[in-house]
Amino acid sequence: MSHAFIELCHIEKHFAGVHALNDVSLSIRPGEIHCLAGENGSGKSTVIKVISGVYRPDGGEIRIDGETVHNLTPIASIDRGIQVIYQDFSLFGNLTVAENLALNTELREKRRLVNWRRIHALARRALDELGVDIDPSAEVDTLPTAGRQLVAIARALMSDARLLIMDEPTTALTRKEVETLFGIVRDIQRRGIAVLFVSHKMREMLEISERITVIRNGRKVAEGPTADFNEGLIIRHMTGHDISADGYRWEPPEEGAGTPRLELAGLSKEGAFSDLTMAIHPGEIVGLSGLLGSGRTEVALSLFGMEPGYSGDIRIDGTPVRLDSVQQAIAAGIAYVPEDRLTEGLFLGQSINRNILATTYDSIARHLVIDRDRASSLTAEMIRSLSIATPTGEKLVGELSGGNQQRVVIARWLLTNARVLILNGPTVGVDVGSKAQIHRIIRDLARDQGLAVLMISDDVLELVENCNRILLMHRGRLVAEYDAARINEEDISETLKSFK
Amino acid sequence: MKYSLPDFRRLMSRDNNIVQLIVMTIAIFLIMAALNPDKFLRYYNFESITYLFPELGVLSIAMLVAMLTGGIDLSVIGIANLSGILAGLFFHAVYQSADPSGGVGVVALGVLLALSVGAAAGALNGFLITRLRVTPILATLGTGQVFTGLALVLTGGPAIVGFPPAWDFIGNGKILGLATPFVLFVIIACAMSFILSRTTFGLNLLLIGTNPKAAVFAGLRKGRMVFFSYLTTGLLASTAGIILSGRTNAAKSDYGTSYLLQAILIAVLGGTNPAGGKGTVAGISIAVVALMFLSSGFQILRFSNHLIDFIWGAFLLLVIAINAFRNRVR
Repeated sequence: MSHAFIELCHIEKHFAGVHALNDVSLSIRPGEIHCLAGENGSGKSTVIKVISGVYRPDGGEIRIDGETVHNLTPIASIDRGIQVIYQDFSLFGNLTVAENLALNTELREKRRLVNWRRIHALARRALDELGVDIDPSAEVDTLPTAGRQLVAIARALMSDARLLIMDEPTTALTRKEVETLFGIVRDIQRRGIAVLFVSHKMREMLEISERITVIRNGRKVAEGPTADFNEGLIIRHMTGHDISADGYRWEPPEEGAGTPRLELAGLSKEGAFSDLTMAIHPGEIVGLSGLLGSGRTEVALSLFGMEPGYSGDIRIDGTPVRLDSVQQAIAAGIAYVPEDRLTEGLFLGQSINRNILATTYDSIARHLVIDRDRASSLTAEMIRSLSIATPTGEKLVGELSGGNQQRVVIARWLLTNARVLILNGPTVGVDVGSKAQIHRIIRDLARDQGLAVLMISDDVLELVENCNRILLMHRGRLVAEYDAARINEEDISETLKSFK
Repeated sequence: MKYSLPDFRRLMSRDNNIVQLIVMTIAIFLIMAALNPDKFLRYYNFESITYLFPELGVLSIAMLVAMLTGGIDLSVIGIANLSGILAGLFFHAVYQSADPSGGVGVVALGVLLALSVGAAAGALNGFLITRLRVTPILATLGTGQVFTGLALVLTGGPAIVGFPPAWDFIGNGKILGLATPFVLFVIIACAMSFILSRTTFGLNLLLIGTNPKAAVFAGLRKGRMVFFSYLTTGLLASTAGIILSGRTNAAKSDYGTSYLLQAILIAVLGGTNPAGGKGTVAGISIAVVALMFLSSGFQILRFSNHLIDFIWGAFLLLVIAINAFRNRVR
C-alpha cells in the first residue's frame, strides 16, 4: 500500500458558533481518484479550503508526504502541488486562452516583458499535454463551459500539480462532456496525480472514483473503496436517513378540480421554449426539472414578466393575463423566488424589515408616505409566522443564515397576496435542517392558503419529496410528466441522464 | 417592543458615523478657535457661515441623491449656473427697476423658471442614464459641459448683474433674524430627509442602490425611480443656483466650480456610500458645517485659494481611504 500524499487528521473548524468540521480525517494517495461526497452545507467546501490553505483548522493536523505541516497557507499549498479548480474556474474571461495559461508561469519567473511567441508555445504545450483541441488565441469568455473547464485544468497541471481538487466539476456539463472530462481525469491519474472529486451526484462518483469519503454536518460518516458503496448507501450516509415516503399528496376536491390557478396554453418564446401547456390547481406543488439550458428558468422568468415577447396564453384563475413587466406579474398574483438568493433575492446591506417590505411599500403608503405602524406590524407578523430566527427585524439580512434569508424572500411575497408561487432552486446553499423547514413552509402555503406552487430544482430528491407532480423539460419542451407518488428519484435521474 | 442590549449596541454602531462626524466638527471648531480666537470666534464669522454654506449644502444633498443609487451627478454646477443665468436673462427682459414691490412677482416667476431649468436638466440626465443606459459619470460629465457651454454662450462670458431686490433677499436677507439661505437649507434638509427615509420613493432608491438586480426581482420600478432621482438632483442643483446667484446678486457661467469636488467630498464625508444604498441628510448637514469651519478658518489664517483647493483634494482622498479601511476591518 503506497503512502498517502496528503492526510487530514482529526480536523476541527468553527465559525462563529457553527461547528463546521468535527473530527474530519481524510487521506488521499498519489494517483488516486477520491470522491468527497456530502449535501450542500455539509462541510465539503470547508474541507477544500483547509486543504488549499485558505482556512486554518482549529484543531487536528495536516500531513503532506508524511510530514506534518503547520500553518498551511494558500501559497504553501500551491507549492506543495495542490491545485483547486473551483466551480467558477477563476479564469480571466476577457483574456485569451494562451494568456490565461501563461500568466502564472510568467509571474513566477518574474518576467517583466511579454514575449508572445513564448506565451503561445507555453499554452500550446499545456493544451497538447492534456490532449485537447482548443484555440490558444480564443478569448476565454467565448468558450463553452466545458472548454473553460479544460483551460482551468490545463492551467492547474502546468504547475507540477500532485493533487487536483475539482469542486462540483460536472454541474454544468452535458453527458458527453462529462465522459470527455472523465477520460482526461483518468489520463491525469496515470501521470501519478491524485484527484479529489467533490460532488453530490451518486452515479458519477460511483463511476469515476476509487475511494469515497462521505461527510454530513461537518462529520465524516463513511469512508471506503468505491466498490463497497451503492447509491442508496451513499444517500443514507449523506442525508442520515432513508428516503421517507411522506411525499406531498394532492387530490382534486370532490366536486372536480375546478378552475386551475395557473394555466398555460401553447406558451412559446423564440429560442427559449415552445408550446408549453400545463395547469396548476390551488394547493398543488408541481416540480419542474431539466438540464441546464432546457428552458426551465426562462419559463419562470416569462411568468414573472421578465421576458416580454412570448406568445400563447397565460390564465390565472381563469382570467387571461398579459405578463410583459414584473409589475404586471405581481399584480396578477405571481411571486418569484429567484435562483440566486444573494445577488437576485436580497438587499444584503439592508435590514430584514426593509427586505421583507421591498415589494409592499407602494401598497402601505398613503400619498407616497409610508405607514410606519402598518410596516412594523406586517414585518413582525412575517418574522413570527415564518419563524425567522432574529431578535429584531432591524438586523441586517446579510447576518442571517441561508435558510433564514430564504424565508425573508418568501415573506416578501406572502405580503403581496401572491396566488402563484414560483421557486427556483429554493434550498440551494441552505443547511439540511433549514431545508426541511423551508419545505414545510412551502407545503403549508400550498395546502392552507391554496397557492399554486411551481418548484424548479436540480435536486430531484427534493422534487420527489415535496411535489405531487413532476414535469421534465428538454430543449424548451415539456417532455415528461410524473405522478410523484408513483415514481422514485432514480427513474427521474435516469430520464434526465438520457437527455444529455 | 422589548429593548435588549444588543439592539442598543447596534443602534450605536449604526449611528457611529454621525457621532464621529460630530466629534470631528467639534475638533475642527476647537482647533480653529485656538489658532485665531479673535477672528474665528466673532459673531460675524458665524453669521457669514450661515450665508455661505447653504448653497454648498444643497449641492451636497443633490450629490447624495445621485449617489444613493450608486450614481453621481457631475453636472450640478452647470445646472446651478444655467438656472441662475436664465433667471437673470428673464429679469433683464421683463423687470423694471421702478417696481416698488422689489419685483416679488417677477422673482417668483424667475424662481419657477430656474427650478424648471433644473428639472429639465435633471430629466435629461435621467433620460441618458435610464433609457440610453449611459454610465452616470459619463452622462453627467457630458451634460455638465453642455450646460456650462450654454451658459457661456448666453452670457458671452461676463457675469449677468442687476437682479431685482427680492432676488437679492433670497441670498442676503434675513427671516426672523436668521439668514434666508440658512432657513432655506433647513427646510430643504428636513424635506429631503423625510423623503428619503419615510416615502416609497426614498426607500426604493436605497434598495436599488443596495442591489439593483434584486430590486428588479422585487418588482421595483428601477428605471422610473432612478429617473426621478436625477430629476430631484436637478431641482436641488437649481435651488443651489438660485441661492448662489441671490447671494452674489449675479450669475456667471463659471461660478462655484470648486463646489463640485467639495460637494462630492461632503457627501462621502457625511457617510454616503458612493457605490449606493447608504447615506443620510443628517450626515451631509454635519459634514458641510465641519467643512465650513475648516474653510473659514483657512481664510482667516490667510491660506491661498490654491492651497485650499489642494487641501480639499487631499482631504477627500483621506476620507475615502479611511472609509475603505473601516469597511475592510469590518
